[in-house]
Amino acid sequence: MFFNSLLTNFAALEVGQHLYWQIGNIRLHGQVFLTSWILLGALLVFISLGTKKMENDPKGLQNLLEFLWDYIRDLARTQIGEKVYRDWMPFIGTLFLFVFVSNWGGALIPWRLIKLPSGELGAPTADINTTIALALLVSLSYFYAGLSNKGWRYFEYYVHPTPIMLPFKILEDFTKPLSLSFRLFGNILADELVVGVLVFLVPLILPIPVMFLGLFTSAIQALIFATLAAYYIGEAVEEHH
Amino acid sequence: MLAFNFFGATEGGLFDINATLPLMAIQVVALTYILNSLFFKPVGNVVEKREKFVSNNIIEAKNKLSEVKKLEADLLTQLQSARTEAQRIVSEAEDESDKLYKEALELANNEANASKEKARLEIESQTSAARDQLSKQADDLSELIVSRLILKK
Repeated sequence: MFFNSLLTNFAALEVGQHLYWQIGNIRLHGQVFLTSWILLGALLVFISLGTKKMENDPKGLQNLLEFLWDYIRDLARTQIGEKVYRDWMPFIGTLFLFVFVSNWGGALIPWRLIKLPSGELGAPTADINTTIALALLVSLSYFYAGLSNKGWRYFEYYVHPTPIMLPFKILEDFTKPLSLSFRLFGNILADELVVGVLVFLVPLILPIPVMFLGLFTSAIQALIFATLAAYYIGEAVEEHH
Repeated sequence: MLAFNFFGATEGGLFDINATLPLMAIQVVALTYILNSLFFKPVGNVVEKREKFVSNNIIEAKNKLSEVKKLEADLLTQLQSARTEAQRIVSEAEDESDKLYKEALELANNEANASKEKARLEIESQTSAARDQLSKQADDLSELIVSRLILKK
């Protein structure tokens, strides 16, 4: 109770406050959807503009998008392998873009200026629901990738070097989504909190380096998330001999 | 809905898990399909087409380069063979001219020797003829002297 009141009242930060939307008898965190829609809308507009007139000699936005595409392809190819990376590139790329846009959007746009009746707008990835959703999608995809590529032989992976590994490999299936979701959630939330506290205490200059650090962490987290997702899928489709 | 209220609040909290989770998952899956058709496929097509174009051009250039190298080597061997051929012809011609020269020299020598011999024989015959004549004349003279001496007596 004390901790809660400290967190919610200190620095006038609203932690763990949500804008609830009630649809039927399900409840949603409205602020997460609002920010994600704004950011994804911007992303889609950006991508539509860049791919509107594709040319063989890339100009302007197309260059940037091709660079991005190449970056994602390299990421997927190095982690998943030459054989099946094509199938998973859109998923890995979407994870990367979603996390990156969410993180940077949360850090760069002054959401605080928009007042909500409850809670506040911020990075969608600073909400545990979003990160768990992403992590569970990753889990589902690596299971699907393994099963669709190798059939039941996928489960050889669990006893791969020796059957002793079986409990650890089963445990890994739980720790993977857990670590994925909490790493992202913790990093982004912590960054928002640190910036918020610093802005409250010293509103001038001092928060700026921390904000830059936040941008850095945000980009790194997006890369880590996408890389790990690709690595897990690669691990599942890898052939053991 | 699941709700872990870590911070003791009856509602909300940092770990408040509710329907946001599945809906966000659906949203991300939808986004994957949208981005696939809007971004990954078209950009991939363009990039891969260009990569294919570039690699084809590189292969073509490599083929051409190897062809050029082959032709160059061909030319070099041809040049080499032409050079040796020329050398052979030159040396042959030299040999031939040498032979001809020697032949001509020998012929001239022989001719000269023959004419020398002929001249010597002629000189010899003439000498012996002259000697015969001389001795005949000497005989005649001695006979004349002898007959004159006899007449005087």
